[in-house]
Amino acid sequence: MKFGVGQSPKRLEDERLITGAGRFTDDYQPDGCTFGVTVRSPYAHARILGIDVSEARAMPGVLAVYTADDIADYGRIPCLVPLSGPVKAERPLLTGDKVRFVGDGVAFVVAETREQARFAAEAVNVDYEEIEAVHSIDRALENDAARVWEEAESNKLFDWQVGDSQAADEAFANAAHVTTLRLVQNRVAPTSMEVRSAVGQWDAAGADGKGAFLFHTGSQGVANMRPHLAKTIMKVEPEQMRIVTGDVGGGFGMKSFCYPEYGLVLHAARALGRPVKWTGERGDAFQTDLHGRAMVTDAQLALDDKGMILGLKAETWSDLGGYQSQYGPAIQTFAGGRIIGGVYRIPAIHNVVHGVATNTAPTDAYRGAGRPEAAYIIERLMEAAARETGMDVIDIRRRNLLRPDELPHENGLGLNFDVGNYPALLNAAVKRADWAGFDVRRAEAEARGMRYGRGAAFYVEIAGGGSTEEFADVKIRGGKVHAAIGTQSNGQGHETAYAQVIAEKLGIDLEDVIIEQGDTDRLDVGNGTGGSRSMVWGGAAGLEAAADVIAKGRIFAAQDLGGEVDFDAGVYRARGTNETRGLMEIAAAHPGELDVRASYKPENPGPTYPNGCHIAEVELNPDTGILSVSKYTVVDDFGTLVNPMLVEGQVQGGVAQGLGQAVMEDVVYDENGQLLTGSFMDYGIPRADDMPLGMTFDTEPVPNPNNPLGAKGCGEAGTIGAMPSIMNALVDCLGGQHVDMPATPEKLWRLAQGLEMRQAAA
Amino acid sequence: MTPMTLNGTPITVDAAPTELLVNVLRDDLGKTGTHIGCDTSQCGACNVLMNGEPVKSCTILLAQAEGAAITTVEGLAEGGKLHPMQAAFKEEHGLQCGFCTPGMIIAGIGIAERHGAGVDDATIAHELEGNLCRCTGYVNIVKAIRKGAADMGAGA
Repeated sequence: MKFGVGQSPKRLEDERLITGAGRFTDDYQPDGCTFGVTVRSPYAHARILGIDVSEARAMPGVLAVYTADDIADYGRIPCLVPLSGPVKAERPLLTGDKVRFVGDGVAFVVAETREQARFAAEAVNVDYEEIEAVHSIDRALENDAARVWEEAESNKLFDWQVGDSQAADEAFANAAHVTTLRLVQNRVAPTSMEVRSAVGQWDAAGADGKGAFLFHTGSQGVANMRPHLAKTIMKVEPEQMRIVTGDVGGGFGMKSFCYPEYGLVLHAARALGRPVKWTGERGDAFQTDLHGRAMVTDAQLALDDKGMILGLKAETWSDLGGYQSQYGPAIQTFAGGRIIGGVYRIPAIHNVVHGVATNTAPTDAYRGAGRPEAAYIIERLMEAAARETGMDVIDIRRRNLLRPDELPHENGLGLNFDVGNYPALLNAAVKRADWAGFDVRRAEAEARGMRYGRGAAFYVEIAGGGSTEEFADVKIRGGKVHAAIGTQSNGQGHETAYAQVIAEKLGIDLEDVIIEQGDTDRLDVGNGTGGSRSMVWGGAAGLEAAADVIAKGRIFAAQDLGGEVDFDAGVYRARGTNETRGLMEIAAAHPGELDVRASYKPENPGPTYPNGCHIAEVELNPDTGILSVSKYTVVDDFGTLVNPMLVEGQVQGGVAQGLGQAVMEDVVYDENGQLLTGSFMDYGIPRADDMPLGMTFDTEPVPNPNNPLGAKGCGEAGTIGAMPSIMNALVDCLGGQHVDMPATPEKLWRLAQGLEMRQAAA
Repeated sequence: MTPMTLNGTPITVDAAPTELLVNVLRDDLGKTGTHIGCDTSQCGACNVLMNGEPVKSCTILLAQAEGAAITTVEGLAEGGKLHPMQAAFKEEHGLQCGFCTPGMIIAGIGIAERHGAGVDDATIAHELEGNLCRCTGYVNIVKAIRKGAADMGAGA
């Protein structure tokens, strides 16, 4: 079937996934496989006085028990952000001196069966000397708090700022009104349904006798993981490591990174000469998957007497956890810190971020990675400012949004908003949401004893940032086009969307394009999936590769047909004679001759700026605190949509994650640094009946000029818009009372009843 | 040795009767379409049909499955033709990463059996309380189950 860009064919990857034929990491079980279990610290902060593994080593089926001494030659998991401050607070594969959060690994047990490894892990005796657990940002910053990193002067590991503090001060001095908010952005667990898993194998004769690792894991890109895991951690050349990623059961940023178990299964596989598998349990995931958000911000917005923004100031304390993760320190700074003003016309912005170490799990990129946080701050401020000054929440946005004639616009923080029509998009969303009909819906709800409110969010995202280069390798074999692209689907549907791009360009059937990802033997370059970058740069690379294939085929076609040929819809046609040769026909006649490896890097390496507006209406039962999102409207500008069905799916899933953070999700550590939310019994994620199933999605595209598809990226946007729109609706519902995330039923009930808030446990 | 019927075929299983059914299915019988998403029977990724009814195979001991007819996601298609509930998930884009999907399809079949071809969205959403998905936001899962139920009712 012919399907091109802008159509919604059903997914090519679905057949295997709905029949049980998908292959996730734990499904891979090589012959002779052994099983590893990590022994984790039950304390948040403790010195290790000794580890006795003798009992565990003697247990049935146990092949090895490793501690920090055994793996001392390996590197730590690198923090790639030049913000480390005075201390390299990087995470080792196993810690031998002190533990820095509950779940920190102290030993790794390998046995013949999973059960044997589990039992033996219980028998590892660790002598701990407890130290005060620095369980929160507030405690971390007190002078007498224990230090997570004793080498550092304090638990504040870095300060970062962007913008112009003097200009911001002047703007605030001249303001007719200043809105001030302290906003908590709760710590959340990524919670991919597939828990992380890793299988290590070692071939001593591989890589020309140097020895080679084979590593299976659910990643967000194999080529970009390899240098860190091979060189930095395992101290081998990249050629000595093949990384394979099969089906991935969700990633959300968290699976981009290296984890201690990845190095441990590789070490054990080499040491034992057997395959070693580690598959986490859900408890491992809650304890050790890199968490998201975890921050507090003091934010201020200065307005003149007409509601025009004069300035924005923000100061954020970002909880890094016990170690500085791969991109951890970058999330609230380089990733999110520069977009804190949204696409409003703000003459003066000053944004300060402090990185704080605590005895909690490390934090890093989680769906949106800094950009939802930034949007949450500015969009809460906008509606609070409107409320305080008696303005309409849409009108204040309309006045301050940049107009198309003001673009491109440099935001004062180093970002250059290129294209978009923000006011038109806002108007489209207001119309789609039936803004005018709100009073009727509220009256109807209030007649039933409910509270009813609405809120909006206008967000902009920096997407496709980080690396703007991507690669595509195309081989035509047996009548099929095999295209490898250096990104990694975690469920987004790359096998279909990329195939649409390539099939359309080549003029062939969608089913004749097979997208291959997740094997460094197939493609050893690429920058992975993250930051909504795949279609933007991976799609462009696929398009380049297809163009190169056509160019190569043209030479053969010209030879065969004797003279100049034109290419259209998969067919070369001789200009003089109208004789034709099909592209696939030429590929079959010249096996391998049409193979290409192409890359794409935009002329102006820079991000894209998807943007959009979410409008939420919520109904609150004041007697129970139970909330329902009764109407939800999304209008986005993602540029060109390759497959609208997939894009809408991304938005729906993103909204669910934003809703989860807004009203239920919360990773809670108590005052001893104990994780209170270690299972689905304690940590709520949205279920089907929490969702606004009638939510609508529309698009007002302004194509991105910086890539040939015009795509802007769509993977994270749903989450970005959902947190502020839902929280703004709740504040409206509560008559303007402040509420922080997660706005749980208890909090909402207390606010609705006019009761005091209960002090948080932590 | 535990006798049971797996996807229509009588078998005997050589595993400890105290082993969890999900582990037996995955590790001993190679039915890796049944997934493990939690350890507390919250997520439903391990749903299978036991004598026609959905059960969480992480809460069933092999001994409890003695003599039972177990159907995993691998056993739903008949004669190369997808079960209507499977087809509906593809048709309605009811899956993204696909990890929760086998459990969702099994749950959907149960919902259709209990509520019939005309089951409404609110009922479906409520009945899905034992199944977690992190990718889709459930909108299309509910649509898929609605369609799958209708198609099952029509004998599709």
